[in-house]
Order: sequence, then structure tokens, then C-alpha cells
Amino acid sequence: MPAITYIEFDGTEYHVDVAVGSSVMEGALNNMIDGIVAECGGCCVCCTCHCMIDPEWAEIAGEPGQEEAELLEMVDVREQTSRLSCQIQVTEEMDGMVVRLPESQY
Amino acid sequence: MRVDDNAVVVGASHAAVQLVISLRQNGWLGSITVISEEPYMPYQRPPLSKAYLSGILEEDRLALRAVETYKTLNVSFKLGCRVEHLDTENKILILDSQEKISFTKLALCTGARVRRLDLPGGDLQGVHYLRTMDDVKAIRQSASTSKRAVIIGGGYIGLEAAASLSKLGISVTVMETEPRLLQRVASQQVSEFYKRLHQEEGVEVKLNSMAVALHSGESGRNVGSVLCNDGAVIGADMVIIGVGVIPNTELAGEAGLTIDNGIVVNEFAQTSHPDIVAAGDCTFHPNPLLKKSLRLESVPNASEQAKAAAASLCGIKKAYSELPWFWSDQFDVKLQIAGISQGYTEAVVRGDTSIGRSFAVFYIKNQQIIAADCINRPKDFMVAKKLISQQSTIDVAALVDEGIEIKTLIN
Repeated sequence: MPAITYIEFDGTEYHVDVAVGSSVMEGALNNMIDGIVAECGGCCVCCTCHCMIDPEWAEIAGEPGQEEAELLEMVDVREQTSRLSCQIQVTEEMDGMVVRLPESQY
Repeated sequence: MRVDDNAVVVGASHAAVQLVISLRQNGWLGSITVISEEPYMPYQRPPLSKAYLSGILEEDRLALRAVETYKTLNVSFKLGCRVEHLDTENKILILDSQEKISFTKLALCTGARVRRLDLPGGDLQGVHYLRTMDDVKAIRQSASTSKRAVIIGGGYIGLEAAASLSKLGISVTVMETEPRLLQRVASQQVSEFYKRLHQEEGVEVKLNSMAVALHSGESGRNVGSVLCNDGAVIGADMVIIGVGVIPNTELAGEAGLTIDNGIVVNEFAQTSHPDIVAAGDCTFHPNPLLKKSLRLESVPNASEQAKAAAASLCGIKKAYSELPWFWSDQFDVKLQIAGISQGYTEAVVRGDTSIGRSFAVFYIKNQQIIAADCINRPKDFMVAKKLISQQSTIDVAALVDEGIEIKTLIN
């Protein structure tokens, strides 16, 4: 299983294995990583699973879709590599990926 | 909190899962047991009428958390068990197997069940309600051999089911007793839009129409047609009835807890018994933002209220005070609803309701936005949530002017 590193706003790091085919959001929820709230459970409606992809991994994580991009316009601090983690499906290539979680979800 | 304490949660849905996680996060040291009438580990309910019904999402993708997560949390499950009795004096639950389970603290996450219609022919094969995984498994089974479906009830569940079945190539008729769809929950504009959407997608919409009987088809066992109050007969190989839900309050009520359109709780999710909390669809709870008590059927409500409930069980005061919100997926349309529109005096529209599939309706009362229905407008929805919480006077002319960036209206 690909290992993903989640870094909370306060710097706490989690290194967890996330199954291929599940989402980066699910990886956080299954490991009680608090910095992902995911109020809607992963339907791209609520904007509470915001994460910032480490720039080195941005290409592999991919670009947000149109709906996701609109929601991202509304997060408190948007970065170039901001994504909604429910919309990133984990692949083998993401082994080692690093994502940071925003203050608003801290 | 002590190691030999035991917390018991009745029900295993969204509220229960958040509750057990929050219990551990708040330092609950004792055991945690979740008892559920359903035979499944906790699963997501929203996709049942949407992606799971239309076959886009399969059962293994519905789990709310991985099984390993519950192991890590040291939470045990008793599935397929119905709690028959709650003895508050001795703090004991009695299951249908007569097994007795004692508790130090109890959380009721009993949810709601479908309201059933007393219709002649209602027990025919192919007649379904939609609430649980088993319901939708049966619906999928029927759908695999059906060409025509009738949906009784033009609310969100009925319309989502109509869209999902339609995607599977089934001809669908939606029947609604009221003069418009979503009468109870949406404005005229939104109702009209959903009628147009469904008609554009080939769904037949029959308003002011009530089913009076279901008749069997050629086989004699399966439904074959629906008789309407105007005498019309609609052919149907399957029927889904979606006419609302009833909160599951009997267990709490018989035990003497206060009931009023749900299990009555305060803002800390505490019931009238000091060791019992409740969360989710089954509760009638105060909302400080809305300045009234209400019962909600929504996932965000279940999850957020569960956090307050778990805190209470751990002796921590964490008030639940969130703006209610909801969503619905039908065809390529995502509706996001912020707030409760009840009591609005004016509904204004940003965008065009008559063509296309993108606009927002804002509900105004005393020059403030109290709710919004956003059709394929995620940004408007996010702005609406902030504007409602802000409770400041709104410039309606600017709100409906698409030339003005909506974000600039936030103070």
C-alpha cells in the first residue's frame, strides 16, 4: 500500500498506508487524522477536507475538477497546490506523497 | 473516567461512528460497544439513493471507516441485535435475544425509519421503501429486471431514486400528492426547476396525484400497476415509496426520557437522563443560531451533534451550534442547501431558473439571508453559509447581480 504523510497545521506528522483506489480523505479518516473534517463524507460538497499537496507531488496528485476548483476558491487560505482530499484517488505512484492540512481544519 | 466504565451506543450510522471516535479523542478509557439492528458495519447512507443505487459505487466503498480503524479504537460491535428495552434505573439494555448489557454511559443514535403507506397491494413483490442497505439491495435486484418504475413521493429521496433508476434506462414516473415537487422544503422556483430537470431527462412527473392501490402484474406476485386517485393506471414493474421518515424514539420514550418530535436533548446532546445522550436524526435539539429547537435529517447534523454528545459523556461541555446544511444529487445537478428556509418572506434568484442548470435561490427574512438553495453553484453555497452565519443586513440588489463577485458580499 502507498504510504502518505499528512502534516497537521501544528506540525504533527502522520505516516499512514492508504489503500489504492481509496481517497486521500479516507486515508485520513481511517487513521483519525483530525485535520481532515470531511463533513460530507467525500462528495465534493462541503470543502472541509482541504489539503495542500507538497509541490514535488502536485503533478502526480493532479489538477482539481471544475466543481472542486470553485469550492477551493472559498477556502480560507488557498495555495497553488490546494486540493480537496476527497477528490484525490490514491494510486501506487503516490507512495511517499506529502500533504499538509490547513489551520481552518485544525 | 475509569477503565472499568463502559459506554454503549445504540445504532451504527454516521452519528455513532463520530461518537465513538470522539469518545476516544476525549480520553474515554473504558470499553465501547455499538449495538445495531442492521447486520452491517457502519456505512454511508447518502449514496444509497444515488451512486450505490445507480451502480456507480459498490458496497465495499460505502464503509464509513475501515474495520482496522475500529480495532485501533478498541470499539466492539454487536450487529443484528435489536435493543428491546432500556432500564434507566439499573442502567441495563435488554436485547431481543434477552441478553442484558449494562452501561455506565449510553448514547442513543437510533435514527429514523421510513413512514409506511397503508396501500392495498403494498406487500407485493417489487414494492420498496428506501432507507437501508438491504432496502437498496432489493431495489437493485428489482431494477435489474424492470422496464418501468413508479416513485410515490416527490421529495428528495423520491427524486434521487427517480434519477438513479432513470440512469439505469428504466422509464420512471414520479407521483406527488402536492401541486409541486419538494413542496415542504423548497421554494416555487426550486420546485419548478426540479420538475423541468426531471422532464428534460425523460422522467414523467405527475403532480396532485395520489396512489390509491397497487395491483399485481401477470405473475400475480409482483406489482404490475399503480392505481391513482384520478382513476389513471400507471404500469410499473417496481415501485419505490418515499414519503418521509419517523424518528425512532420508542426505546427512549418507553424508558421515560422526554420525547417531542424526537428524543429531546439540550445543546450538549444530553437527554433528560444524566447518563444518556442522543445524536442524529432521532433528536429534537435546540439550535442557538436558529433560535429554536428542531429535528434534522442530515449527515452533518449527525456528525457534529455526536461530537457534543461524546464530550458530554466524558464530562466536557461542548455545545452543538452549527448551521444546518444538506445536499442532493440528481442527474448532473448538485443541490446544496444552507440553512432552513421556513419563515422566509422573500425568495430572490441569482442566475436564471428557466434555462440551464445553474442558479441560486436566497431566502430573505428581515433583510437577512436565512437560507439558500444552490443548484450547481458550490461557491454561492459557501458564500451563503458565511452570510447566514454573519446575520447582517444584505444588499439584495447586489446579491442577485451576477456582475458582482459574490465573495465581495462577505463582511
